[in-house]
Amino acid sequence: MLLQSIADATSNAHPLSGTIAEWAWLLPVLPLAGFVINGLLSLSSAHLGPDDPNTPDHHPHSEGAAEASAISQTEEAGSVGDDHHAVKRHRWAGVVSIVGPGVLILSFLLALGIWQAMAATQPDGPFIQRYFSWMPVGDLQIDAALQLDQLSMVMVLVVTGVGALIHIFSVGYMQDDPGYPRYFSYLNLFVFFMLVLVLGANYPVLFVGWEGVGLCSYLLIGFWFNDKVNADAGKKAFIVNRIGDFGFLVAMFILFANMGVLDFIGVNAKAVELGAGSTVVTAICLFMFLGCTGKSAQIPLYIWLPDAMAGPTPVSALIHAATMVTAGVYLIARSAALFSLSPIASLTVAIVGAVTAIFAATIGLKQWDIKKVLAYSTISQLGYMFVGVGVGAYVSGMFHLVTHSFFKALLFLGSGSVIHAMHRAYHTTNSHEDAQDMRNMGGLKRYLPVTCVLMWIATLAISGIPPFAGFFSKDEILGAVFARAQGSTLASASWLGIPGSTILYAIYAIGLIAALMTAIYMTRMMLYTFHGPNRTGAEEEQHLHEAPWVMTGPLVVLGILTVFGGWLNLPEVITDIVRIGPSGSLDQWLKPVVGGATARLSAGAARVPATTEELLMGVAVLIGVAGIVFAIARLKPDRLPRKRDAIPEEGFERVVANKYYVDEALDRAIVTPTYAISKNFLWRFIDHGVIDSLLVNGSAALARGFGWMGSRLQTGNVGIYAWVLVVGVVALLGAFTLR
Amino acid sequence: MTSFLESIGYNSWVLPALLLIPLVGAVVILALPLRDQTGFENPAARQLAFWFFLLEFVVSLGLWWSYDPADIGWQASIDMAWIPTWGARFTLGVDGIALMMVLLTTFIMPLAVLGSWTSIRTKVRSYYALLLILTTGMLGVFLARDLFLFYVMWEVMLVPMYFIIGIWGGERRIYASLKFFIYTMLPSLLMLVAIIYLGLHVRTATGTPDFSYDHLLGVSNIPQRTALWLFAAFFLAFAVKVPMFPFHTWLPDAHVEAPTAGSVILAGIMLKMGTFGFLRFALPLFPGAAMNPTIRMIILVLAVIGIIYGALVAMVQPDFKKLVAYSSVSHLGFVMLGIFALTLQSVQGALLIMINHGISTGALFLLVGMIYERRHSRLIDAYGGIARVVPMFAAVLTFVSLSSIGLPGTNGFVGEFLVLIGSFKTYPALAVISATGVIFAAAYLLWAIQRILFNPLDKPENTHLPDLNKRELALLVPLLAVIIWLGVYPAPVLRRMEGSSQQLINRVEAHSELARLSQATR
Repeated sequence: MLLQSIADATSNAHPLSGTIAEWAWLLPVLPLAGFVINGLLSLSSAHLGPDDPNTPDHHPHSEGAAEASAISQTEEAGSVGDDHHAVKRHRWAGVVSIVGPGVLILSFLLALGIWQAMAATQPDGPFIQRYFSWMPVGDLQIDAALQLDQLSMVMVLVVTGVGALIHIFSVGYMQDDPGYPRYFSYLNLFVFFMLVLVLGANYPVLFVGWEGVGLCSYLLIGFWFNDKVNADAGKKAFIVNRIGDFGFLVAMFILFANMGVLDFIGVNAKAVELGAGSTVVTAICLFMFLGCTGKSAQIPLYIWLPDAMAGPTPVSALIHAATMVTAGVYLIARSAALFSLSPIASLTVAIVGAVTAIFAATIGLKQWDIKKVLAYSTISQLGYMFVGVGVGAYVSGMFHLVTHSFFKALLFLGSGSVIHAMHRAYHTTNSHEDAQDMRNMGGLKRYLPVTCVLMWIATLAISGIPPFAGFFSKDEILGAVFARAQGSTLASASWLGIPGSTILYAIYAIGLIAALMTAIYMTRMMLYTFHGPNRTGAEEEQHLHEAPWVMTGPLVVLGILTVFGGWLNLPEVITDIVRIGPSGSLDQWLKPVVGGATARLSAGAARVPATTEELLMGVAVLIGVAGIVFAIARLKPDRLPRKRDAIPEEGFERVVANKYYVDEALDRAIVTPTYAISKNFLWRFIDHGVIDSLLVNGSAALARGFGWMGSRLQTGNVGIYAWVLVVGVVALLGAFTLR
Repeated sequence: MTSFLESIGYNSWVLPALLLIPLVGAVVILALPLRDQTGFENPAARQLAFWFFLLEFVVSLGLWWSYDPADIGWQASIDMAWIPTWGARFTLGVDGIALMMVLLTTFIMPLAVLGSWTSIRTKVRSYYALLLILTTGMLGVFLARDLFLFYVMWEVMLVPMYFIIGIWGGERRIYASLKFFIYTMLPSLLMLVAIIYLGLHVRTATGTPDFSYDHLLGVSNIPQRTALWLFAAFFLAFAVKVPMFPFHTWLPDAHVEAPTAGSVILAGIMLKMGTFGFLRFALPLFPGAAMNPTIRMIILVLAVIGIIYGALVAMVQPDFKKLVAYSSVSHLGFVMLGIFALTLQSVQGALLIMINHGISTGALFLLVGMIYERRHSRLIDAYGGIARVVPMFAAVLTFVSLSSIGLPGTNGFVGEFLVLIGSFKTYPALAVISATGVIFAAAYLLWAIQRILFNPLDKPENTHLPDLNKRELALLVPLLAVIIWLGVYPAPVLRRMEGSSQQLINRVEAHSELARLSQATR
């Protein structure tokens, strides 16, 4: 049983034993319970079939079928959009609205309690809870065990806190959907797996959460599964993630083969034995990073995330912005002991992060779908986080993860509020215009003032304007890159022959340029959505309204977090000038977990003088401001045509708008050939042609040559032979038994 | 529980009882009148069969507790004279490996009967009688400790399946059943020759013919060349059954044409006969041949080809049943990789996949059968979007598919993980190549369930399909429970098998080490 945790020496001695932290198992179990309840409520509306399935169904048509035909008809009429056409509220909607967000709120309150206990005791090592033995085979001993330390605590607070807000928002956003209980069951299940991911005490348990969140992502992207686009997107996300998971698996194999352990304590303790810079540790880190590129949508496996926007918008906020996609960043921070031993792998992480950051930002400049802009923005911001953990600034990476979860959740939920309003407007007039295309928006600040203000706050944050949260975290990452570019372990390493120092300066420059683009595309999105004249349509305009409080409430909370999130880790250069709060709180908090690893990679780096640091900060702010000013000066929202009147882009702009045609290229280079080879060569030729026709039928003909076998075959008496055998054996057995 | 079992002398009668109960059941069912009063085929047959299978399961369940994992010898053994002139004895026993295979069999069988409850409408008595005889054969294979008895049981198992496919199968049933029969019969006969050789070989040493497994294990004076030939005979018989690439082409035909219960038993239990045969006979009896680096590498490479090839070919199948059939080639490839990589993790993982595949693929075939009964089509393209019409069916199919592609938390993951992490120790490159199988598995199954359950509901025939009924739900729930149990807490199963796995590895390594040394000194 879960409660019969095997108390061992470490947990006995641990300052957290006997505290509320013993209840850590409830953190994931609460959302799991929510999943079970909501899942059963969802299935309770299914009608059991007749006893004999061969007889036709005499039941009155089930609700599901009736809905199905209704919906498929509207779909055939060509409606494409985020929301589905409201049918009627689910009969259990009331219960679901309490259970779904309720379990998250309880989990969050418990997390707060545990956080308090942890803050009071300041433990040096992780608090491990072993529940039972999961895979015990010889020298491989994997326990079902959870681990609480400062790093997992940060993640738990983000997941349950931001998660609870998004659950509450969903109550409003999804209330009319016929799949309401199913939606919340998936969302609860997601949080369960996400908590397993961040609380797991060893790589295999983490991997349970890792693939589990992928599953929920799959289910939620394809939530409106009767639309092929959505089902395709879900499947694509799962399969692309599996490519990454393959890397993660191989990393675990190498780890186990070389160290004989897979739990974090064991790996951290033995990591040094692998040898700094050794091939083994680099291989482990690179394979593990392949896993990260899948889950966290980095080059080359980022391709699934833009498609994932097919899911309901709160799902995009929770899974594809705030939590799941940051799992890769968490994994590297969690494995800091390994990554800090391999400058090559660490530089690879930083390079991939930087390239992804700027690559995705360029695509973000040319998207028209409001959610696609945010999707590429997320990919780009995740790139920054990887730059952070790649250069060994694990705290900075985690800091940006936290602030990003605030402002990006806010942006996504805000866009949800916009889409909600747009969709209702188009629904009222039975119009089939695209509710997510910014060319159909414009001037929405008049109708959605709260959403508009809050989204502007988030836009300033992501653009790196002080004092909003994103400014501090992004600046910290760029500052860390700059600081390590001279004299550090990383700077003196070489990557494919290029000196680490050169690479770090290049990454710094790329980071600045990507920041400029970020400010531009975000301002572009805000201008086209909220400013200028309205392009929704004369009649539709009358039906545009601000979302209900259950949706705007969570937005306001996220807005407050976006404003003050930077206080989590204020830089000294600022607190030295203005005493607005304590500096480096998150640095202090995470020091027991990543302190050693951070020191290893930055060892030897000269301390950047305060004046230089202030100068860099000033440059970063200027770049953000420049981007916003540039966008406001150059873009003309009042001259933008509606989507149906738009002229397609030309030349390079068209290439960018089409995301550099990466999907099309992959489709032609990999998907189609694999299918064709499997079908025509493997199945038709090898299986049917060679093996069956040549070998099997050939040997059957050969067998006929054998007289004794042939006589039986030729008289067609295989059956008689067989019966004789059965009867004989049964008789023999019978005789034996009776004797 | 253990003391209760002791008080009824459980271990002394359980194994013969397990072989006898189905035979008695078969006789009772065949003795029923053909039709009931209303003139329909006698419905008592399926009910009786179900109760006999349930009794069989309950009786076998005691083994779970009575089996002592600390004792690596045979347990619940019995040994009696059988055919004295041939030296064949009736010797049965369980070890950790046989234990789990027996429980898998007795667990699957009642569910298979429930699965064919309404789909079998002709010659009902013979159908259930054959299922019962088949069960005796399968259990006999797992329990036999005498090679002659093993061979008899091997054939007893083959024949009823031939009839089940040939009589109650689909349109191409005659072709499929003949292919199945010949494909598996020819190598079996070669194996018989090898068994007779072994029996006679022991006679020359002791004076009487002897087929005892334990005695044959101790024989070390078989010339190396002969051992290679004997191994080849066993290898062929088992490789076809597994089925290993390129001996697999009987399987898609047999699976597709067999009635639901036939496919479930074929995939769930009978494919394991091959891998079980390797573990029980081919490896320990001829360790020198099996561990010959060239032979071992050939087998491993075939296993890896099977993993990838099976998955790719499964991907392009238009027929869902055939897709599941080819996925078996892929899954069993993992088992073979695990067995021949020969580390404790990989062998334990292989055993676990054998169980998992029985549960998950068995469940997939049951689900295919259920939807076929409603719509009379196995073609993936005949469906689309039906998750809205049959949400319960959709939920179960999705869940079982996820277990089949090895999602962590379900049974599928634990087996594949152990095989791969264990194989990586001895054959890292092959393990890495095989690990790509997890990608392909996701590709073929998710794509298939998308085309069946999701996408637009655009075919009018599908808009009024009835959802699962109580019977179907009742037979699926135990399977779902086991999928989660083995995914979350497989430790009790692993613990029961570990002693036997370790013993096998020690045996093979000791012998191959000996062989290597003797070759070196020569």
